[in-house]
Amino acid sequence: MKVIALPANLDEAAFDPMAAALAGARSGAVAAGVGAGETPPGPPLLVDAAGVRWVDPYGALSVLAVGHAARASGRVARFRPPASPEVTSYLRRMGFFRHAGGVYELHGEVGQGEDTESDVLLEITAVTDHGDVHRVVDRVYERSGTILSTQLGYPRELAMQFGTIFSEVCQNIIEHAQAPGWVATQTYHWRKRLGRKVVMIAVMDLGVGFRGSLEGEHAAGYAGRWGDAAALEAAFMHGVTRFRDPGRGQGLQQIRRLVGRVDGRVSIRSGTARISDVPDWSDTPPLEQNLPYFPGAQICIVLPARETPA
Amino acid sequence: MQRIEHTPQVVPFHFDLSDHVRRSVATLYSHLVTRPTGQALRMGIETRIRESDGPCVSVLDFTEVVVLDFSCADETVAKLIRRYCAEDPPAPAYFLARGVAGHHRETLETVLIRQGMALVADVTGVGPRLLGYATELEHAVWAAVEDAGSLGLAELPARVEGDGVGDAASTLVARRVVVPGQGGRLHSLSRLALSAA
Repeated sequence: MKVIALPANLDEAAFDPMAAALAGARSGAVAAGVGAGETPPGPPLLVDAAGVRWVDPYGALSVLAVGHAARASGRVARFRPPASPEVTSYLRRMGFFRHAGGVYELHGEVGQGEDTESDVLLEITAVTDHGDVHRVVDRVYERSGTILSTQLGYPRELAMQFGTIFSEVCQNIIEHAQAPGWVATQTYHWRKRLGRKVVMIAVMDLGVGFRGSLEGEHAAGYAGRWGDAAALEAAFMHGVTRFRDPGRGQGLQQIRRLVGRVDGRVSIRSGTARISDVPDWSDTPPLEQNLPYFPGAQICIVLPARETPA
Repeated sequence: MQRIEHTPQVVPFHFDLSDHVRRSVATLYSHLVTRPTGQALRMGIETRIRESDGPCVSVLDFTEVVVLDFSCADETVAKLIRRYCAEDPPAPAYFLARGVAGHHRETLETVLIRQGMALVADVTGVGPRLLGYATELEHAVWAAVEDAGSLGLAELPARVEGDGVGDAASTLVARRVVVPGQGGRLHSLSRLALSAA
């Protein structure tokens, strides 16, 4: 059995090691393959969260994504829940186990029911069609208005545009990934990192990724430079899409603009690259390449409170 | 408001967009988001325009719209304008947005500018504005017509400084953000829509 032991802090920084472990398990399985042309499923995968002490929406979606990727390659995926009752309780509030049950064999106590608490702006929500996008926007709008204006100090007009971010990132899954995905969001107080409250939005899918979405229309124009990083740059920086409709390609551009207005951070990982809009408070590199391969796209948006709340 | 002499006859249609989208997609969607929603909305508006017998003004009412995303704005507004403000439109239609709040305005401006389009909008608390792409001179000519309600082409140079005022006026007519009348007069689209309502 291949074991991926999750770190104490399960957040965006934990994703690349998880992807590397999964890729290592996959290449090991191929090395031990039974013959040319066959893709052996490999040994069962155990994702061990026993040592997790803190998890954010990105971390929770990462675990689902890893499990799905393992299952897609024909492997049995197992999950050991966190030993910490607080972390397990949080994951339950996020609806994690409802989704994980369809992906993993669960090995351990996860408790019953799904508590509802106000710190969760949006539980883990599957996005498979445009109806889901409407439900996400409705839900977020119901819950976020007061938080954004009173706790984060955003002007009302800006808070009203919060739903637009969700709508566009979720449509990105449906129209570009060509596969289902998930979205989740929550508010935190980042005392050490920023000294302010933040809203974190995590969005993940296991679709064709940016490279796969753009390759047919645009790869030839990049000659030898085409790859995951070039595809991300094209979409993220220049609004390039596979559609010829001139109205397309605005979503990510407008998300960047809205997030930039509140000094927030956007990062998108796809394939083997990650691209980010980096505010002063973050030390994330603007472009990372040669990362461990992972299918689809993984988006992280952090919206910090204004420094002087209104 | 007095009716403008030699006013072109237009038929006004009023679309409460949030109400219309509910009927169009048969679901209680309270926000204008996603491309399919925008497509449904646009098809409903196009049906009404087809049923009209002559020039018409479609009043797109955003008063009850809370969230408007870029995809839906593009599918509804930008594609309507692209189709009906083309050289050979399927019908002589004009569009006026009303109840446009600040966050609607920003989204509409974004999708219009991206495609070099313009739209007359009654912006809440501000009044009629020309949104989207227009040159400084086109803005000035549009504002002069808007202020006066109706102006002859010969009157424009006295009100707007700059070369090419006539060309700017022609562009505004072609883009259907002012309405041409008899004797080369230009009419304010917002006033025409209000007087015809």
